[in-house]
Amino acid sequence: MNKNLKEQVLRSSGVNVLKCMRCGKCSATCPSYDEMEYHPHQFVYMVEKGDIETLMKSESIYKCLTCFACVERCPRGVEPAKVVEAVRLAAVRQQGGNHLKPTDIPAMLDDDLPQQAIVTAFRKYAK
Amino acid sequence: MQRIGVFVCHCGTNIAATVDVKAVAEALGHEPGVVISQDYQYMCSESGQELVKSAIKEQKLTGVVICSCSPRMHENTFRKAAASAGLNPYLVEIANIREQCSWIHKDIATATEKAIILGKAAVAKVALNTPLTSMESPVVKRALVIGGGIAGIQTALDIAEAGFDVDIVEKQPTIGGKMAQIDKTFPTLDCAACILTPKMVEASQNEHITIHSFSEVAEVKGFVGNFTVKIKKKARYVDETKCTGCGLCTEKCPMRKVPNEFNMGLDNRSAVYIPFAQAVPKVATIDPNYCMMLKNGKCGVCSKVCSVGAIDYKQEDRFIEQQYGAIVVATGFNPISLDKYDEFAYSQCPDVVTSLELERLMNAAGPNGGTLLRPSDKTHPHTIVFVQCVGSRCDDEKGKPYCSKICCMYTAKHAMLIREKYPDTEVYVFYIDVRTPGKNFDEFYRRAVEQYNVHYIKGMVGKVTPKSDGKIDVQASDLLANEQLHINADMVVLAAAIEPDKTARPLATMLTTQMDTNDFFTEAHPKLRPVESATAGIFLSGACQGPKDIPETVAQGSAAAAKAIGLLCKNSITCNPCVAHSDELMCNGCSSCEKVCPYGAITYIDKEFRMPDRTTKIRRVASVNPAVCQGCGACTVACPSGAMDLSGFSNSQIMAEVDAICK
Amino acid sequence: MQVNENFEPVIVAFCCNWCSYAGADLSGTNRLNYPTNVKIIRVPCSCRVNPMFILRAFQKGADGVIICGCHPGDCHYTSGNYFTRRRITLLYSMLDFLGIERNRTRLEWVSAAEGAKFAATMEQFTADVKALGPNRRLEDLRCRKQ
Repeated sequence: MNKNLKEQVLRSSGVNVLKCMRCGKCSATCPSYDEMEYHPHQFVYMVEKGDIETLMKSESIYKCLTCFACVERCPRGVEPAKVVEAVRLAAVRQQGGNHLKPTDIPAMLDDDLPQQAIVTAFRKYAK
Repeated sequence: MQRIGVFVCHCGTNIAATVDVKAVAEALGHEPGVVISQDYQYMCSESGQELVKSAIKEQKLTGVVICSCSPRMHENTFRKAAASAGLNPYLVEIANIREQCSWIHKDIATATEKAIILGKAAVAKVALNTPLTSMESPVVKRALVIGGGIAGIQTALDIAEAGFDVDIVEKQPTIGGKMAQIDKTFPTLDCAACILTPKMVEASQNEHITIHSFSEVAEVKGFVGNFTVKIKKKARYVDETKCTGCGLCTEKCPMRKVPNEFNMGLDNRSAVYIPFAQAVPKVATIDPNYCMMLKNGKCGVCSKVCSVGAIDYKQEDRFIEQQYGAIVVATGFNPISLDKYDEFAYSQCPDVVTSLELERLMNAAGPNGGTLLRPSDKTHPHTIVFVQCVGSRCDDEKGKPYCSKICCMYTAKHAMLIREKYPDTEVYVFYIDVRTPGKNFDEFYRRAVEQYNVHYIKGMVGKVTPKSDGKIDVQASDLLANEQLHINADMVVLAAAIEPDKTARPLATMLTTQMDTNDFFTEAHPKLRPVESATAGIFLSGACQGPKDIPETVAQGSAAAAKAIGLLCKNSITCNPCVAHSDELMCNGCSSCEKVCPYGAITYIDKEFRMPDRTTKIRRVASVNPAVCQGCGACTVACPSGAMDLSGFSNSQIMAEVDAICK
Repeated sequence: MQVNENFEPVIVAFCCNWCSYAGADLSGTNRLNYPTNVKIIRVPCSCRVNPMFILRAFQKGADGVIICGCHPGDCHYTSGNYFTRRRITLLYSMLDFLGIERNRTRLEWVSAAEGAKFAATMEQFTADVKALGPNRRLEDLRCRKQ
């Protein structure tokens, strides 16, 4: 368990995961539930336990549509989508964990790619 | 000239071990006004009290200071002793040299010094004490019960049993409340109407009980033992004394499209109606919002068919005023509105119902005569999904933060009844936790699972979608299997949270009782005084104090009755004499004190004063009702002219204590 | 400012009868030590404490005054401690206006179950007042005992 990582996720999401009463309404309402390896309620629970690295490695963080159905319906006001977003952000911000090197980029460019995306990619993935 | 006696207690070694009691007695003996200063092993013992008593008599003491344990412990003991020796009990002061000195300090020198200062403060205070006499205030031997549900009925019956007159005020045309709408009760599955209606009849026939149905409390004045209540008897356009409850008018009434509130709007009633067959009083009521005669003066069928001439279209609201010694609040609960819960499609789909609506659907006197049919197309449902905690345990503004307590059990009951009657029906219950604390409750729930094969699934329903084929898609999570389910249901039943009745908040203001943030009445002590409100003479019965099931409600109703009887048995009540009083010559009539008084004990009166030049002048001055004042002292500080003072804790007494400590 | 080690402040504590006085008794029952400087005056409710009493104490040479009441919402008289809270806030602004240390006056909520909190609060308040030194600004020297 990585305490700093948990702290970072809690701070950047602004979510109090301890408010969760484990009803599972977030997962019940999630439209991309079947796509996800870890489901919204598991995100909340695993963040509470501090098991964030597992979540960061999982594809699930990119499957969340950020439709905010879970945020809207959560009876306790926990806001699971914000937790997912925070874990996603933690993955993005990870030092040394870059998926992309500047030298790889020219090969990936195509005409349809907006320039904004390249700039954003550099901002996100550069060390 | 003051003659004060000081008595220093050793309390064995409790005080004597860290405080030099002899030195304390010696030092206090030199205080002004002190004529005798003694120390003794155990002052609270029989012989210690004798010492105090004989000193009062022999030395003709005008004040007594006991340096001993906390006044919370033995103040009453010494006051009684003083009274028996002929000294006013309120001329006794206690200096707390045990809990607040000897027990917390270790150094004898400093502890003794502090004990002397505490003793001096008490001597300074007692020199300014005035003899106080407890007031007596008479008790009216009549109780008012607000609300005629099972809680109110039980309370009224118990008070009547003790021989006191009771009035029930019920806002609906009939007593019975929510229990009358319920089909069966858990965990015994006996019929609610079969056990409630005899009680309703008993209440109506009891000579001590008067039922004011279709009435509301309009105004409450007075205080414990002597409340004056104004009751508004709403116009029902039918003479209660003449109507026999034959029901002919309800049959002949041409206006038949009025949503029937007794059946939760699932069917219709006529504009003139009797809520249900066993209604008490069994009297018709005309609904002025729908009656064509009252709306546009055309019809009059009911008045023509009524053989006793009970119909009176000109009836108006009446007000009656009555004195009561005690008031019991039994305003009960309602399910919350589910309009804001779009995800459950409650307002879109008629086949999504609340649990109370299901009670009516399954009831033999309900819209379908006891056969469970879908409200939309009157077909048999084959798959029914129950959703728990709808609006309960919610942290947002849509729901309630508390657990509604009864839903787990009534859902188990519904599931069981449905499986019993229609074994071909699949029943799913989505739960977060199953809460079954209560006698035979968990066994009941286990029977639903084990014997009746109800599918209990841990998880919550996220979305309910009515489909074009009449079915309902229920999307839910199964947390234990870690999967998302879709159930093709015929009916969805929502266990809506319960909330206090809307009339409770204005009533609490009238009664000056406290409510919590959820509008439940607050009890005087959460553990030791659960059926009393903090306002003397007001008692709480049933779900107005918090969510409750029927047995608990009945138990609390009886408990509230016992408390009310305890009050009504007394011919008069003794009031705390340490109350506020105002110096009329100093009072400038500004109303500051009236505004801060939490009990409404202060009123303003116009009083005639003689002026120095022999003329008279009428001035507006504060007057404190000592029977209502609880002696908090808020008014004394609010008073800008210093006219208001508190007996027993007067400004001069507290100042004297301050001076004694600081010197 | 240097702290005089030998300075023993006089501290007056006003405790409401229902919560804080019982809390003080509880700290006694549990033998929880706090300084002898604190002398308690029992009042029915914290709202009985007139700001005049506080000023009188300072005038007569007290170095600190602490008012203890029930927690907000728990007042035996339902709303007394809310009045106290407002009055003390007003007193603070008056003390600030006059340039007198507001730290010599303190308002604390102590319930009947918080004996330990009572002792700790008194310990802390005594230490704070000690650090402030003797009350020179409000004391009336004519009242001083020789």
